[in-house]
Amino acid sequence: MAVATVEQAVRDWEVAEEQVGLWQDAWVRFRRNRLAVFGAGLVLFLIVVAVASPLLVNLGILKNPFTQHVDSIQTAPGVNGFALGTDILGRDTLSRLMIGSAVSLTVGLLVQGIIFPIGLTIGLTAGYFGGRVDNLLMRFTDIWYAFPDLLFVLVVVSVWHLDGPWFIQLIPIFGAIALVNWVNLARLVRGQVLSIKEKEYIEAARSSGSTPVKLILKHLLPNSLGPIIVTLTFGIPQAIFLEAVLSFLGVGIRPPQPTWGQMVYDGYEAIYANPTAVVFPALAIGFTLLSFTFIGDGLRDALDPRMRR
Amino acid sequence: MAERAPLTALELDPVLVRIGGVYKHFPVGGFSGLAVRAVDGVDLEIRRGETLGLVGESGCGKSTLARLVTGLLPVTGGSINFDGHEITSLRGGKLRRVRRRMQMIFQDPFASLDPRMTVGDILQEPLDNFGIGTIRERRRRVQELLRLVGLNPNFTNRYPHEFSGGQRQRIGIARALAVNPSFIVCDEPVSALDVSIAAQIINLLQDLQKEFNLTYLFIAHDLAVVRHLSDRIAVMYLGKVVETADRNDIYDKPQHPYTKALLSSIPVPDPIAERGRAPISLKGEIPSPVNPPSGCRFHPRCPIARVPGICSEEEPLLVAHGAKDQVAACHFAGQF
Amino acid sequence: MLLQVEDLHTQFFTSRGVVRAVDGVTFHVDAGETLGVVGESGCGKTITALSILRLIPDPGRITSGRILFRGRDVTKMTDEEIRDFRGNDVAMIFQDPMTSLNPVTRIGSQIEEAMTAHERFTETVARPRVIELLKRVRVPAAESRVKDYPHQFSGGMRQRAMIAMGLSNEPDLLIADEPTTALDVTVQAEIIQLMKQLNRELGAAMMLITHNMALVASLCQRIIVMYAGRIVEEGPVEQIFNSPQHPYTWSLLRSVPRVDEARKDRLVSIRGMPPDLTQPPPGCKFHPRCPFVIDKCRVDPEPRLEEVAAGQVARCWVLMRNAREESVEAAKQSALSREAAEKLKEAPAAEVGGG
Repeated sequence: MAVATVEQAVRDWEVAEEQVGLWQDAWVRFRRNRLAVFGAGLVLFLIVVAVASPLLVNLGILKNPFTQHVDSIQTAPGVNGFALGTDILGRDTLSRLMIGSAVSLTVGLLVQGIIFPIGLTIGLTAGYFGGRVDNLLMRFTDIWYAFPDLLFVLVVVSVWHLDGPWFIQLIPIFGAIALVNWVNLARLVRGQVLSIKEKEYIEAARSSGSTPVKLILKHLLPNSLGPIIVTLTFGIPQAIFLEAVLSFLGVGIRPPQPTWGQMVYDGYEAIYANPTAVVFPALAIGFTLLSFTFIGDGLRDALDPRMRR
Repeated sequence: MAERAPLTALELDPVLVRIGGVYKHFPVGGFSGLAVRAVDGVDLEIRRGETLGLVGESGCGKSTLARLVTGLLPVTGGSINFDGHEITSLRGGKLRRVRRRMQMIFQDPFASLDPRMTVGDILQEPLDNFGIGTIRERRRRVQELLRLVGLNPNFTNRYPHEFSGGQRQRIGIARALAVNPSFIVCDEPVSALDVSIAAQIINLLQDLQKEFNLTYLFIAHDLAVVRHLSDRIAVMYLGKVVETADRNDIYDKPQHPYTKALLSSIPVPDPIAERGRAPISLKGEIPSPVNPPSGCRFHPRCPIARVPGICSEEEPLLVAHGAKDQVAACHFAGQF
Repeated sequence: MLLQVEDLHTQFFTSRGVVRAVDGVTFHVDAGETLGVVGESGCGKTITALSILRLIPDPGRITSGRILFRGRDVTKMTDEEIRDFRGNDVAMIFQDPMTSLNPVTRIGSQIEEAMTAHERFTETVARPRVIELLKRVRVPAAESRVKDYPHQFSGGMRQRAMIAMGLSNEPDLLIADEPTTALDVTVQAEIIQLMKQLNRELGAAMMLITHNMALVASLCQRIIVMYAGRIVEEGPVEQIFNSPQHPYTWSLLRSVPRVDEARKDRLVSIRGMPPDLTQPPPGCKFHPRCPFVIDKCRVDPEPRLEEVAAGQVARCWVLMRNAREESVEAAKQSALSREAAEKLKEAPAAEVGGG
C-alpha cells in the first residue's frame, strides 16, 4: 500500500481520453453549421458545373453558348427548348450561365492565390521584425490602401491588355484585383503575429534554440492560419463581384466568352422586355457570393479557439 | 539513466552567473525620451548548485531580469556573465549555443506550450535545434524525459490541451531538461496552479535539482514557496535589488525595511498566529518605473525614512549588513 | 440565521454530459459572521456563490434545493424580486477588479449607479455618499478620485472601489470570491485589514471564497471545505486547522508551505486529478486520491456528514484520528524522492492503511 501511494504520488500518469485534434474539431463544428454546409455544397456544385460544362457542350447535352439562334431571340424560359430562355443574340442563357461560372470561380480562387503569398510575406516580416522594418512596410501598405480600388483596377485593365483565350485575358484583371486587395491580409497577418509573438511558447521556442525562420514557419504561421483562411474565404466573393463589375463596365473579358457580369450588361438594356436575361446571371452572382460568405462565417466560428469548450 | 550535467570540479568558479550593473530600459513611445526603467542597476550572483529565490511585487523587474539573464531580451547596459561567457556581447548562433546550458520554465501552463504541436514535437524541438543524437535517439530521449517528470511516455502524440495544468507544467519542465542545462530560470512556475498540484511540482523541482546538479533562479511572488525551495533569497523593488540573504536570515533578521514590511504582510495558515500578526503598512503605492523617486527609491513609502535628508538625496549601495552572507541597500539597515 | 442553503444542486447541461457542479450542499451563514469556503478549482465554491445570487452562467441551472435568505426562498423569487435582492440584500465582489469595472465610466458614477438602481437613494443623496464610501474603504483623496476612471486606479484601489460598490446598499451579506488573488502581497495585507475593520464597523456577514488557506485563517470564524461539488468538512477555524478530520482537508493544509517555517523536506501532495464531474467515482468521491482509503470507501455509498467534534462535521469513513499512525507517516512522505521510491519498490511491501 505504501509503495502504491508513494509511486503514484510522484507521477501524474493519467491523461483524459483522446480528444479530437484541433482540425478535426473544427471540421465537426463546421459540419454542424447548416448554412456553411449549404454554402459548401453550392460551391462544390459550381465547381462541378464549371469543369463539366465544356464537356457537356461537346457531347451535345448542353447547347452551344456561342451559337446565335436567330429564330429565338429574347425568348422566355421554356420556349423552343431553351430552359432559361435566350438573350438578345439568341444565345442559350443556361449554357452561357454554366460556361461563365468557370470565369467567376477562376477569378475568385486565383486572386486569393496571388494575395496569399504577398500579404503573408509582408505581414509576417512586419510583425516579426517590428521596429523600422514594420514601420516602413506598414506605411507602404497604408499608401497602397489609399488608392481607390476600382479606379486603380480600371486603369490597369485599360492600359494592359492581353489577347487570347479567356484565361489569358484574365491575367491583368486578377493581377489588378490582387494588387489592390492584399492589404487586408497583410494587416491581419501582422496583427496575428504581434499577438502571438509575446506568448510564452514563442519565448520557450527561442530558449530551445529555434532560429527566427523556424519560429516563423513552425510556430507563428500555423497558429495564425485560422483567421488567414477566413479572410481568404471572404476575399473570394469580393473578387468575383469585382470581376462582374468590370465586365458590366465593359472592361472585362471580351465577348464572345460569356461571363456573368457581361450577361447582366447585355440583358440590362432589355430589362423590361426580357427580365430573365438579367435575373438569372444576377441570381447566379448573388448565390455564389452568399455561398462563400456562409462558408467564411462557418470557418470563422469553427476555427475560433475560444469557442472550443 | 539520463546523462548528468558535468560535475563541478573544485577549481571551477563557485559563482555560475554574475550579474553586474545590469539595466534594461523600455522606451515609452513618442518623443518624450522617457523610458520604463524595468531593471535599473542590478548586481547579483548565483552560485553553482544553489537555488536563489527572487521575490518582489509588481513593477519590481524580476520577470524582466529573468529574460535578461537567459538572453531572451537584450540588456540596455551592464554585464551578465554565465560560466565565463559574457552573454551581453553574444548574438545569433553563439548566443544560442550558450543558451543550451540555461533554460527557462514559464508561468502559464496554458500559454507556454504551442497548442498546434504534439507533446512529442514540443519536446523534440530543442533536440532538433541543437542536433543532439540521431532521430531515433531523440525519440527515445523524449520518452525518457516524460518519464523523468512523472508523465506517461505513451502520450507523445497528444496535444497540450489534452493534459491538465499540472501535467502541462511538467511538460514544460521536461522541455527545459531536454538539452541537459546546468542552469534553469523558473519564472513563477507554480503561481497558476492549484495548491495540491503546486506541491507536486515543487517536490518534482527539488528532486530534479538533486538528480542533475541543477542551479535554479526561482522567481515567485509567494514568499512561502520561495522560502521552502531556496537557499538564498533576493528581494527586488522598483528595478533594484534591496536585500539578499540566506533564507533563514532574511526571515529572522531582515535588514531592509521593505523586506520587513513584505514579510509581515504574508498571512500564515494558522488562525492563532494570524490573530497576533500585525502587518507593517506602507504609505502610498508602488511608484511608476518611468519616474522612480530620487535617492532611495523606497523612501516615499518607508516607515523609517529620514526625509528631507540622506534617504531622499542619496541612493544607498548594496553592502554587507547583518548576518554573514547578507547584503542590504539602506542607509539605516537593520535599525528598526 | 441569515442565509440557509438546503441541499442545493446546480448542474450544467453540456454536450459532454451533465456536470454536477454543486451536488447537494447544505450550510448556513449567521448574521455578522465571516464564513470561509475553501477548495481547489472545480470544487463548486464559485458556482455555489453564483447560485445564491442566481447568476449562474449558461448552460447551468439550479435543479433542486432551497436558498433561504431571511426566510425567503431565493430560488423561487421572480425576476423583479431577485433584481431587488441582488446588491441590496446580498452583494458580490469578484476576483479581478479590472474586468468587473466598466472601463469607460468614472468610478464615482459606477458606484452611484449601484445605489440609484435600487431606488434606495436619490441622486442628490447618492453623490456625497459615494465619497463617504470611498473614504470608508480608505481610498486617499476620495473627493478628487471619485471622478477617475478605473485605469487610473491601481489594482489595490480598484479592489477597494469594488468593495465600496458592494457595500453601497448596506447589504446584510457580502460574498467575496478570491478578492485578493490578483493583488500584490502588501496590498493584499491592506485589503485583509480593511475587510476585518469593515466587518467590525458594519456588522455585515461575509462569505469568503478562496483556495488560500492563510487568508481563511486570517479572516474567518468558520470554514467549509468543498470537494467535487460537496462539502467534505465544516467547523470552527481553529479546530479545522488544528485537527482536520477529512483526509482532503488534512492534505490541503500540509501541501501549503509556510513562510514562518524553516524548510521542511517535503510538501504533501495529493496524487491524481480532481474527478470528472460528469462521471464522478462511485462511493466517496475523494477515494481515488485518498492516502487512507479502505475498501468501504470504494464500495459503500458516499458517507454522510457526521459530527466529529463540537461544531465540526466531516464526511469520511476513516477520519484522521482513526487513521493508523504508519499510514499517516507514509502519507506525510507521500512524495518521496525518486531514489527513495526506487528503493521502496525493491523492499517488501509494508502492510499499511488497513488494506
